[in-house]
Amino acid sequence: MKHSIRIAVGPVQFRIGSDWAEPIAALERLYHGYPQDDTRPADATVRLFAARPWRRWVRPSVHIGGDFVVPDALPLPLSMGLLAAEMGMNLQVALGWRRHMLLHASAVARGGRALIMSGESGSGKSTLAALLGEGDWRLMGDEFVLIEPMGGDALAFPRAVSLKNEAIAAVAAQVDAARLGPLMAGTPKGDIRHLIPRADAIAAMHKPARPALLLFPRFGGEAAIEPMGEGEAFVRLTEASTNYVALGEAGFAALTRLVRETPAFGISYPDSATGIALVEQLWAEAAK
Amino acid sequence: MPEPAYRAAPPGALRVEPLGELTAIFDRRSTQTHLVVSPMPEILEAIGVDDCDAATLAARLAATFDFDGTDDVQPVLSERLSELAAMGLVERA
Amino acid sequence: MSAVQTFVDLLADRRDAVALAPRDWDGVIGVARSEAMLATLAHRLDGADLPPTVAALFADQRAAAAVAQKQALWEAEMARRALAPVGIEFVLLKGAAYAAAGMVCAAGRQIGDLDILVLAADICRAENALLNAGWEWVKSDPYDDFYYREHMHELPPLIHKSRDRMIDVHHTILPRTHRITPDALALVSDAVVSTDGFAVLNPADMACHCAAHMLADGDLQGGLRNLWDFHLMTRDFAATDPRFWEQLDARARLHGLQDAVQRAARLSRDMYGAVLPAGWNGQAANDRWFRERLFARDDWGRVTRPLLEQAFYIRSHWLRMPPTMLAQHLWTKWRKR
Repeated sequence: MKHSIRIAVGPVQFRIGSDWAEPIAALERLYHGYPQDDTRPADATVRLFAARPWRRWVRPSVHIGGDFVVPDALPLPLSMGLLAAEMGMNLQVALGWRRHMLLHASAVARGGRALIMSGESGSGKSTLAALLGEGDWRLMGDEFVLIEPMGGDALAFPRAVSLKNEAIAAVAAQVDAARLGPLMAGTPKGDIRHLIPRADAIAAMHKPARPALLLFPRFGGEAAIEPMGEGEAFVRLTEASTNYVALGEAGFAALTRLVRETPAFGISYPDSATGIALVEQLWAEAAK
Repeated sequence: MPEPAYRAAPPGALRVEPLGELTAIFDRRSTQTHLVVSPMPEILEAIGVDDCDAATLAARLAATFDFDGTDDVQPVLSERLSELAAMGLVERA
Repeated sequence: MSAVQTFVDLLADRRDAVALAPRDWDGVIGVARSEAMLATLAHRLDGADLPPTVAALFADQRAAAAVAQKQALWEAEMARRALAPVGIEFVLLKGAAYAAAGMVCAAGRQIGDLDILVLAADICRAENALLNAGWEWVKSDPYDDFYYREHMHELPPLIHKSRDRMIDVHHTILPRTHRITPDALALVSDAVVSTDGFAVLNPADMACHCAAHMLADGDLQGGLRNLWDFHLMTRDFAATDPRFWEQLDARARLHGLQDAVQRAARLSRDMYGAVLPAGWNGQAANDRWFRERLFARDDWGRVTRPLLEQAFYIRSHWLRMPPTMLAQHLWTKWRKR
């Protein structure tokens, strides 16, 4: 393809090709500080392309393709090319990665132990992870955490954090503007702005962490903590995993072990500050 | 119509992991995970190696469960057996 | 050298994996994924000296393909449990059959829907038995349903409500409207029992079906994979039975599939280096278009010859339907857009 870039996030080497220069330039800026190995073959391919040649110039709209494609996925305007790239990368990992059990979750680590937060979009798991990652936690990822099937360790996938709506202002207030991507307003997912993880989190991206606490956050309502049984955590995490079924017995073994060895709680919180306080409280009281 | 008999999965086919109130059963033949609650694990345990119908099963389970003289145990067991068959965990003999 | 050429050379063992530059793998892996053959390549190169990250990716692919194959064969087992009590026997087709028979081409092969063949007389009872056992109609519109029942060689697809897997129940191997009408009764009655206990087509019929599926029925979508199946199965069948090619010729004649079978043999020679017996080694001028269609991928995995692809799509419909029906069908399809 005319424009391309190679990006390594955690264990996954991507190559991303595009019919336009802009999305690649934007990715170059976001992923500038990530380790590069130009000789390493790609595990996953993302293509950003125009459906018809003239649509590169006339009302350019970006279709998302690659090794795996979602039929009938709607294209995005070129101004949201970065979002298209992010969706393409997520898609390839979600559908193609087989080495680890993928959990659709955010994660942070402290002292070699991981806090994993799983929830629907809107649960605030991304925002909590981003804010914790600005404190004395290592950001492991805001979208996926990878569980090593044999040993049970959690591996990081620290792509650029996708901040949405209110979270943008909350995080922007705390970080150097150089770590923020362009504001994409009014996307199908609301306003989006990317946050480049801290350099130490990127440098440590290959370092595994032992799962120590599983949280299922819910944004809104009174502050509350509810212990969760192994069975319910298991069910929720099968739903949060995009490749549990494809892994067969390895996935089953990894997940039963994870829910048995890791204390799990549902939490509700009315605002980020309360959410972070609950996290710290549970980490002090319950984390293994 | 006579009560159908069922056959258990061959030894080693199922990996059973209790997770609190639920039991997770991994079927190595299908690679499917089934989440069940009592009395499903007990039924699977009690079927044994020979073909087994609801009446035989009721007699075997009576040793561990207190059925308390209720007479609708068999229809309930027969329904559970057909559910297990739909999941592929047991097979019509 | 294009990535798809390199990919085919690796399968055919014309090129040593060690000789590839690290970045050549991008295109090879991309093409292999687009052809749904990455795990096939991973098996082919098992034990080869590969860059460590490629070796790791290939190990993942082999493990995942083993799980996927178990899942596919379980569907066959569940179909057996649904159909055996009502006395319907079926023949496994395509990927599931290759896996059940432990064939070399099954290693890493992706298996999609479960395809089974039953006698035409059993088709209604088979449908009922499957509906009773938890399969249900994939929601479709009345035209598609009508089209399937009137003209196709299979029931409209059924999907299992809890396992979410599709089954295609065929009563012959080409659409009823196709100009070629294979002998479906002979296919079923001469089927053989696989190592797994499932009935599969006998070797010659299996190769006929593979060629028919690729050339007489399909628009060459997945052509490299189907051709790879054809190449490996004919090679292995011929190795155990010296009269295999004669039998293949006889069965191809019986089913009216000589053209497809002979072309598949020539293409497997041209693409994968198959060694053919005397009498099969001809040339046909228009094979060139088929080769070009099979090679039409760039190193980003994209189809590079859209017009050629479109031509093959129309050709496949042309083969399946008489011209007036074709016009009607394309019109209905077009209006639905």
